[in-house]
Amino acid sequence: MRRRLRSSLPILIFGLLLALLWEAATRLLAIPHYIIPKLSDVLVSIWDNRQLLGKHFAVTLGESLLGLGISIIFGTLAAICIEGSSLAKKTIYPLIVASQTIPIIALSPIMVMWFGYEIWSKVAVVILFTFFPIAVNTADGFRSADTGIGEVMRSMGARRRDLFFKWKLPSALPGFFTGLKMAATISVGGATLGEWLGGEAGLGMYTKRASSLLRGDAVFSGVLLLSLMGILLFLTAQWLERASLSRRQS
Amino acid sequence: MSDTLPLAATDRSLALSVEGLTYAFDEGAPLFKGLDFHIRKGEFVSFLAPSGMGKTTLFRLLAGLLSPQAGTVRLGSSEEETLGTSFSRSGRMGYMPQRDSLMPWRSVLDNAALGLELAGVRKREARQRVLELLPAFGLAGTEGKRPHELSGGMRQRVSFLRSMLGGGNLLLLDEPFSALDAMTRISMQEWLLQVWEQHRKTILFITHDIDEALLLSDRVLIATESPVSSLKELVISLPRPRTYHTVLEDSFAELKRQTLELLGRGTGGMGEACQ
Repeated sequence: MRRRLRSSLPILIFGLLLALLWEAATRLLAIPHYIIPKLSDVLVSIWDNRQLLGKHFAVTLGESLLGLGISIIFGTLAAICIEGSSLAKKTIYPLIVASQTIPIIALSPIMVMWFGYEIWSKVAVVILFTFFPIAVNTADGFRSADTGIGEVMRSMGARRRDLFFKWKLPSALPGFFTGLKMAATISVGGATLGEWLGGEAGLGMYTKRASSLLRGDAVFSGVLLLSLMGILLFLTAQWLERASLSRRQS
Repeated sequence: MSDTLPLAATDRSLALSVEGLTYAFDEGAPLFKGLDFHIRKGEFVSFLAPSGMGKTTLFRLLAGLLSPQAGTVRLGSSEEETLGTSFSRSGRMGYMPQRDSLMPWRSVLDNAALGLELAGVRKREARQRVLELLPAFGLAGTEGKRPHELSGGMRQRVSFLRSMLGGGNLLLLDEPFSALDAMTRISMQEWLLQVWEQHRKTILFITHDIDEALLLSDRVLIATESPVSSLKELVISLPRPRTYHTVLEDSFAELKRQTLELLGRGTGGMGEACQ
């Protein structure tokens, strides 16, 4: 714990310096509050609206987690299909990769048309954002499995099931977690976008409404909380990764 | 020099018989053409060939990882064990590849127990059997370690133990020491001699190192021309137990001279193919 604290000391100091710079620059240069509000104003605004912001935070977090969870299930299943069938490898895999050339932002309004203004349209946008990194990284994890181990197992008479559970699946875990960490951070962006397109609650909706009122402090407090959420989700994914891979450390 | 003892395919003392083996990669000249050879139970046989002759391909054929275009690979002496094209046959062969191919996420204990586990042995019993063997393999006290915490030589010992426990009657060792440094290699050769003289498993050992082949084996099979259709054979009658000092004896030097002759390099240097 102590060592971890020491290793994160530089970033803490650096963050503090940036915060000070922000505060000093806005005061010294007299930047208008609707361009960049003072950091102290933003913090005060967060504190004053803590109950409201807490509610919006929970809404956005819920959308992100739900979308992320569904992406984990379907992304992993897609990766297993790609791994298990050479036909899927030749059809689904290139399709998933090619689908990334579609600007997801342009696709997102369709989600609102399909799923309405309820939570599901936001969840759908989160899935659009997070499915790809999980599916592709897990598929690559499967593909990176050491073929030597598979050959040893086959020469010992391993069945397909053994090969999958004892060789392929453990080999794919690091790739899966790489995908999960990427997906965890961008899921918040997906949820925010979903709320912009049409939502009654959530931090995305909050910042949008605040910006139309030229309330710089409120916009920035929303943004600050959203990035905090992204960091929290990333750290959770990282913690899960460490917990499940601590047995290997390779 | 050549062992001319006739071997019938039905001979009960056979551990492996290969008949008419033919294999070529999709595009390209055949590597093996009508190849025959036999290995008796409890024999240590080395397969010595210059690089590029398809040594590893041969092992993959024997291990059932590739199917031959013609010919049969028979384990033991009974007809039923003729290899099909599938991998349906149960673990009867221990394949030890060039790289150790250990699972980085498993402990030494669970890596070595893999074969037993695949054969359906209960986990507790499998671990117990591995634990009993670790000291004899020079691995005492390493059971809880991960492969990356071990040296290259230690990892190969774990790999060997894994093949021995999961492999049934025949062990295929594919240049297992080729990636080790010279000193480790010598100690591993002595170690293998010792372990083998204790357990007397049937071993087919691929190498391009003449000393290694002569030191370890009862017989050395030598491939010289490509495609390989027949093998030259050298019986190594050096007394056992052998140690690394065996290589210093006159009889060893004589065998080495004969080997070089069989490889067609009797007069010149050793050449690039057999360092």
